[in-house]
Amino acid sequence: MSTDGKFGDYGGQYVPEALMPAIEELTEAYEQYVLENKDGFMDEFRERLADFGGRPTPLQRADRLSERYDLDIYLKREDLLHGGAHKLNNALGQVLLAKYMGKERIIAETGAGQHGTATAMAAAHLDMPCTIYMGERDINRQRPNVFRMKLNGSEVKPVTTGRGTLKEAISETMRDWATTVETTHYVIGSVVGPHPFPVMVRDFQSVISEEAREQTIEKTGSLPDSVIACAGGGSNTMGSFAKFVDDESVSLYAVEAGGSSLRVDEDAGVAPNSASLSTGNEGVLHGARTKLLQDTAGQIMESHSVSSGLDYAGVGPELAYLVDTDRVTPVTVDDDAALEGFHRLSQTEGIIPALETAHAFGYLEEHHEELSGTVVVNVSGRGDKDLETVIEETDARDVPNAPDMSMFSGGGM
Amino acid sequence: MAGQRRSAVDRSANSDLAAAFEDGSAYIPYLAVGDPSYERSKAYVEALARGGADIIELGLPFSEPIAEGPTIQNAIVRALEGGMSPELFFQFVEELDVDVPLVCMTYYNLIYQYGRTAGDGPGPEAFVEKAASAGISGFVVPDLPAEEADPLRAACDEHGLDLIFIVAPTTEGDRLERMMQRVSGYVYVQARLGTTGARSDVSDQTTASLDRLADYDLPKAVGFGISGGKQAERIVANGADGIIVGSALVDIVADGVENDEPTEAVADRLETLSRELKAGAQRGYEARQANVDAK
Repeated sequence: MSTDGKFGDYGGQYVPEALMPAIEELTEAYEQYVLENKDGFMDEFRERLADFGGRPTPLQRADRLSERYDLDIYLKREDLLHGGAHKLNNALGQVLLAKYMGKERIIAETGAGQHGTATAMAAAHLDMPCTIYMGERDINRQRPNVFRMKLNGSEVKPVTTGRGTLKEAISETMRDWATTVETTHYVIGSVVGPHPFPVMVRDFQSVISEEAREQTIEKTGSLPDSVIACAGGGSNTMGSFAKFVDDESVSLYAVEAGGSSLRVDEDAGVAPNSASLSTGNEGVLHGARTKLLQDTAGQIMESHSVSSGLDYAGVGPELAYLVDTDRVTPVTVDDDAALEGFHRLSQTEGIIPALETAHAFGYLEEHHEELSGTVVVNVSGRGDKDLETVIEETDARDVPNAPDMSMFSGGGM
Repeated sequence: MAGQRRSAVDRSANSDLAAAFEDGSAYIPYLAVGDPSYERSKAYVEALARGGADIIELGLPFSEPIAEGPTIQNAIVRALEGGMSPELFFQFVEELDVDVPLVCMTYYNLIYQYGRTAGDGPGPEAFVEKAASAGISGFVVPDLPAEEADPLRAACDEHGLDLIFIVAPTTEGDRLERMMQRVSGYVYVQARLGTTGARSDVSDQTTASLDRLADYDLPKAVGFGISGGKQAERIVANGADGIIVGSALVDIVADGVENDEPTEAVADRLETLSRELKAGAQRGYEARQANVDAK
């Protein structure tokens, strides 16, 4: 894997000049502390991931789903990581790195609030002041997560520009960083942005596939046939795939949010999906060249998914490269199938997944006949944060496998 | 210009941008094209020229302007909502009736995608070719550091256009050298860290940046935060060859939208502020010359 920040033509460092020295400083810190374990950085990171985060997370056989699909399905339980999602792997790594670098303050963006809560937890744990930028619309959609960040002592700043979602929050965090770069570290939440973020976030998240690979071999005696993970920006995706990329026999499926339609409304500037790997084309956004949802002029589209954590118009440059080189297969699952997947996992396995994760189970339902043998699915997060959305969305459409919704319908709650 | 000089690589590009600095106190205003509409925007840009602009930076609005503060972000939103696009931008430049060199300020994705629209596949060549034929003299691209700029630099060289880089307070050493090997036209000196936006003081960071650049033989224009004649005067007196003003002008456009003012009234205010800024820059140059003569 590349460490020069380029994946074929993707990647790079397309950022304002004021940020370049910070990016160079971060690149050097990444190489020394993460790649070379200077001052025992990686040892401390692993230790904190175990003691504070609860790693390793289990790999659990999903008996009823295995029976349903006539496959051997294993769940990588990142929902059991502290905070309820894979996000802590990266947030803890970066906040710790900021401490090693002598930075005094943490900033981060968040969409659904999962990265924001993980960063707030890590910052409290490591005693760093922290400011989180969050789109105003997302703040309204994710109030419990906003409260969690505040409980951990972080400041939450609403972003009112544009549609008030993740991409505006990233832009606003970059602006803060351009002003405060000498004292502040920007904890980006996914494998996106300028080098070294895509490789660094991948490396912090790759503990998922490192464990899953060993655990699968231990439990089944061999490598899995397929690994399935949902993909928005792509951090749980790259985390789940990284240590399998060199195992050519293992098929890798990145499940994107198909939203309500894969078509785009060019006049309105809206793509009612977040399927940048499946439908996007090459461009430059937030510091990297990658696949994007954009109109023909190059203006970035407003993406949409029932799952706000997948709602982003770009995707990690390494994933874009792995798709172009046919190593990763991008697939899509629409909002309806994701909701069905949400209810199915809740009912058959007793695990309420995040709506992001539910897309992976939507794919399993629709395409299980194309799969064979052992399948590892990354359960990237738990669904508690999504319950209000699921009540609303289930009520608004006909989800065949939903429980009786009558006592929750029509604002009755 | 005295003392030991290091020349940037000779691009012998386009003489208009260098010529614009001949009086030692260039006034370089910025407006977002299409804010708040195509026609109004044209009247506003023409008012800048009447007010004494030596170069005009025309912003081609991009949906994710990461280097801009709230004032210019809002201008970009208004322009995009008014339907501004790269095609209309070029039409605007062609129709514009001003005798001042024009610089296009935009983000790299729009430059890069234009090749796809033109049927060449993505890349900067088609955009640069079109810009050259429309009458643009150079580019400022805030999200394109020197490290990623070679394809655009090559296209600019082919069409005789200038590529201006922004020197930040944090730009020094190898990075500065790398940038100075690729820059032409003028150097955009970012007065302070952060994003664009009008302020009233002069940053110490500006003086430090001008000192670092003193050995390079290319005009230095200072931008980010200049809002009035006094500030313009101090900055030029401190060694800048010109001033770049954006947010203070965009504020006038925004006020016009908010108070529903007629186009002419807004244009008059833009012209008045332009005269004040140009006069301030000129006073600053005179003060600097007097200082040099006294020595």
